[in-house]
Amino acid sequence: MNAALPPRGAPLLRAEGIGISFGGLRALDGVGFEARAGEVLAVIGPNGAGKTTLFNIVTGLYRAGSGRILLDGANVTEAPPHHLAAAGLSRTFQNLQVFFRMTALENVMAGRHLREGSGLLADLFRLPRTRRDNEATRQAAMALLDWVGLADKAEIPAGSLPYGALKRLEIARAMATDPRVLMLDEPAAGCNPVETEEIDHLIAEVAARGVAVVLIEHDMKLVMRISRHVVVLNQGRLLAAGTPAEVRNNPAVIAAYLGTHGAAEASRGSARDNARGSARDDARGSARDDPRGDAHA
Amino acid sequence: MDAKADAAVLSAAARPRLSARWATLLVLAVVIATIPWFFPSGFYFRVAALVWVTALAAVGLQILMGQAGQVSLGHAGFVGIGAYAMALGPKYLGLDVLLCLPLGAALAGVIAFLVGRPILKLKGHYLAVATLGFGMLVTMVLVSEVGITGGPDGIRVPRAEILGWRIRGSETFYWIAGGALLIGTWIALNLQDSPSGRALAALHDSEVAARTIGIDVAAYKLRAFVIAAVYGAVAGGLLALMNGFVTPDAAGFIASVEYVTMVVIGGLASVPGAVVGAALLVLLPQALTVFHDYEHAVLGLLIMLFMIFLRVGIVPGLAALLRRRA
Amino acid sequence: MLAELLQFLVSGLTVGAVYALVALGFTLIYNASDVVNFAQGEFVMLGGMVTVFAFAAGVPLPLAASLAILAAVGVGLLLHRLAIEPARGASAVTLIIITIGASIFLRGIAQIVFDKRFHQLPAFSGADPILVAGAAILPQSFWVLGGALLVFAGLWLFFERTLLGKAVLATAANRLAAKLVGVDTSFVLALSFGVSAAIGAFAGILITPITLTSFDVGTLLALKGFAAAMLGGMGSPLGAVVGGLLLGLLESFAAGTISSAYKDAVAFLVILGVLFVMPQGLFGRRSVERV
Repeated sequence: MNAALPPRGAPLLRAEGIGISFGGLRALDGVGFEARAGEVLAVIGPNGAGKTTLFNIVTGLYRAGSGRILLDGANVTEAPPHHLAAAGLSRTFQNLQVFFRMTALENVMAGRHLREGSGLLADLFRLPRTRRDNEATRQAAMALLDWVGLADKAEIPAGSLPYGALKRLEIARAMATDPRVLMLDEPAAGCNPVETEEIDHLIAEVAARGVAVVLIEHDMKLVMRISRHVVVLNQGRLLAAGTPAEVRNNPAVIAAYLGTHGAAEASRGSARDNARGSARDDARGSARDDPRGDAHA
Repeated sequence: MDAKADAAVLSAAARPRLSARWATLLVLAVVIATIPWFFPSGFYFRVAALVWVTALAAVGLQILMGQAGQVSLGHAGFVGIGAYAMALGPKYLGLDVLLCLPLGAALAGVIAFLVGRPILKLKGHYLAVATLGFGMLVTMVLVSEVGITGGPDGIRVPRAEILGWRIRGSETFYWIAGGALLIGTWIALNLQDSPSGRALAALHDSEVAARTIGIDVAAYKLRAFVIAAVYGAVAGGLLALMNGFVTPDAAGFIASVEYVTMVVIGGLASVPGAVVGAALLVLLPQALTVFHDYEHAVLGLLIMLFMIFLRVGIVPGLAALLRRRA
Repeated sequence: MLAELLQFLVSGLTVGAVYALVALGFTLIYNASDVVNFAQGEFVMLGGMVTVFAFAAGVPLPLAASLAILAAVGVGLLLHRLAIEPARGASAVTLIIITIGASIFLRGIAQIVFDKRFHQLPAFSGADPILVAGAAILPQSFWVLGGALLVFAGLWLFFERTLLGKAVLATAANRLAAKLVGVDTSFVLALSFGVSAAIGAFAGILITPITLTSFDVGTLLALKGFAAAMLGGMGSPLGAVVGGLLLGLLESFAAGTISSAYKDAVAFLVILGVLFVMPQGLFGRRSVERV
C-alpha cells in the first residue's frame, strides 16, 4: 500500500496549536495535525495522552482552550458538531455511541439525516417528499450495511448485535453522512484478528474513495500497515510526527512506549496479535512480523 | 377491544414498519367504529369520548417522551391553555368558539416554542423540574386571576355551532373525539417513520452521536416539544367543548403526572401504547367506583403491578410475551 | 421593616426546613439507587397522621410520635422490598412511575384508615407567639428548626464518622465498585428507604401543629422537596439542605413582598433561573461527557 505513493494534496483538515485544560490539568497543549484527502493519518500515544480529547475538540464536542481548526480552509474552531458534520466531518467513538433502541438499518438511516430534505411538515403528513426520502435513505443505508457485512442483520435491534458488528455499524453510520473527513477512535479495539482485518480493509477502501481518514489506534501493526502519516502524543503534547518508519525509529517515541506505563500499553496493543512483545519490537524498528512495514523501513 | 383485534395489534408490532403503521390505524378505526354497538346507554358515549380525547393528549406526550426521550411534568399546562382558549376567546375577544380551537393550539405552540428554548437545555430530572415549574405557573395564573378565568371554580365554555347546527350530545362528541384521535395517531405514526422521527429517536439514544451525524439536537427537541404542546392544546380544547366547562384541574400537576403515567404504562416506545395507557387511566377510576373508598388504593396498586411486571409497558410487553409463546 | 423581614425569615426557614428534610429523603434514596421517590411526601403525611390519631386515642405525644416514625419506616421498607426490589434494573422513568403508583396507593389507604378531614396537633410547647424584635414567632418554629438541625447533624456524623455511612457514600459514588469491595448494596438501599421514611415522618410530626395535616398533604410536599433537591443539585445532601431552606425563604419573601398567590411562581422562576446558569444545580456534580 505504501509502495506507490501518489502526490499529496492540500490538507483538508488542519488543527493548529490545540490546547485544553480540565480543572487546572493541561490535557492538551499545542497539538496539531494535517489530514489530506485519500490518506490515513494515525494518532497514537499511550493511554491518557489526550488522543480522544483531541478528537472531541476537533469534532466540536469540547471547546478548545486555544488553537484553531480549519476544515478545507474555513475556520471551524467554534462550530457545533452538527455544523461540522454538514461541512463533511464525521466520526466514530471509542466507547460505542450506537443508537441501541434502533435497528442496525435505522442506525445507518439516521446517518443520512443531512441528505434528507423533506422537512417537518412533510414528515408529519407523510407527503410524497417524505416517502421519497425514506426510500432513498433506506437504499443508501442498505448499501452501506452490505459494505460493512451487516446486510443480513438489518432488522435486528442494535442493542442485540455483538461488539465487533457494532464497531462496523458505527463506521457505516459515519460513512452515511458522505464525509470528506472520517475520524475513527479505536475502530479495532476489542476486535479479534479476523475482525481487525475486516476493519483494516474498510478503512483502506474509505481512503481510496478520497476521504481523509484520521485514526486513533493501539494496534501498532494496523497503524504501521495502513497509515501514510503518524502523529504521536504523550501527556498532552506532540511527541513526534512523520511517516510510520520515521516515528518507529524515533528515540523519544520508543522511550514513551517503553516507559513505566507505556510498556504495559505496548503489550496490550500486541496481545491481540498473540505475539507478545511484538509492539516493542515494532517500536525498535525490527518489525519482523510485518513484511509491508519492513519494505518501507 | 376484543381478543382478535388485540392479536392483530401485537402481531403487527413484530412485522416491518410500513404494515404495522396501517394495521395500528386500522385496528384503532375498527375499535372506534364498532364499540358504540355495545354501549348499553348514552353515558358510555361520554366516557369513551373522554378516553379518545385524553388519548390524543397522551399521544402528543408520547412524541416528546417516547420518541424524543424528553420528560415533561407540565404537559397538562398545554392542555389547560387549549381548554381555556375555548372559554376566554369567545368571552373577551368575541371569537367564534370553534375558531378558538386552532387559535388555542397555535398559542400553545408559540408558548412551547418560547419556553422550550431555554428549558430543553436541561436534562433528565432537571428538565422534569423545569417543566413541572411551567405547569405550576399555568395553574397558578388560572387559579389566581379570578376576575378573568373564574378562579378555582372554573369557567363556562359556549356551545359550538356550524352553519346554525349546534354541536351537542355525547354521541356527536364521541365521533369528533374518535376522528381527532385517529388523525393524531396517524400523524404520530408518520413522524416515527420519517427523517424527523429518526432524528428524534437518534437524539433519544445518544445526543453526542446524533450531533456528529448532523442532527441539530436543540432544534429537534424544540420541535417535539411544540408538537406535543399542540396535541395537548387540541385535546384540551375538545375536552372543554365536550364538558361545556373548564376548571384549573385540567392543567394541574396531578393531570400532568397522569399523562406521563399513561404514556409509560402503555409503553414509552409505542404510539398505540399511549392510547391503551389513556384508556386504562380513564376507565379504571370509572370501573373502580364500585369499590367506593378503595378506588385510589386499587388504582395505585394496579399502576405499581403493571410497571413491575410489564416494565417496558403494556403494548410492547404483551407483544414480547406473545412472540415468546409463538 | 426589620420586624417584617425577621418575620419572613423565620417563617421561610421553618417551611424551608421541612422542604429540606423532604429533599434529603429524595437525595438519600436517589444516591443509593437512582430512584426519584415521589412517595417521599407520603412519609411526611404518615408522620403527621399516625401521630394525630395515636394521640387522639390517648397515647402520650412522644410515644405517638415514635409510633408514627416506626410506622413510616415500616412502610418505607415494605415499599423497597415489594415495589422497588422486584423492579430492579428497570428504567429510571419506570421506577418513577412505580413510586407515583405507591404514592397514590398510600394516599388511598390513608383515606380509608384515617379520614379525609384536616387534623391538628397541639404545639409542643405552647401556642403563644414569642415577640422577638417586633416579630411574632411561634414556639413550634423553634421545634421545627431544632429538629431539622438535629437531623442534619446526625446525618453528617453518620456519613463522616461511621463505617456504614462510608458504605452508603461509596454506594452513591459507584455502585459496582462498592459491591466489589464488599458493601452490601442491597442493604444500603433498604437502609436509605428506612432512613428517608424516618426523616420524612419526623418532618411531618414537627410541622403538623403549624400547618395541619390530612391524607393528601404529601403530593405538594413531594413536589416542593423534589424542586428543592434539584435546586441544590440532585445527589448532594448539602445541596438538599440549602435548596430546601432557599425555597422556603423564596416563598416566604415572595408571599410577603410580591403576592401570596404567586409565591410558588416566584420560587419556580428563581429555580429556573438558577438551573439555566448552573444546569447541575447549586451543588450538583459537574460531569464532562466521556465519549
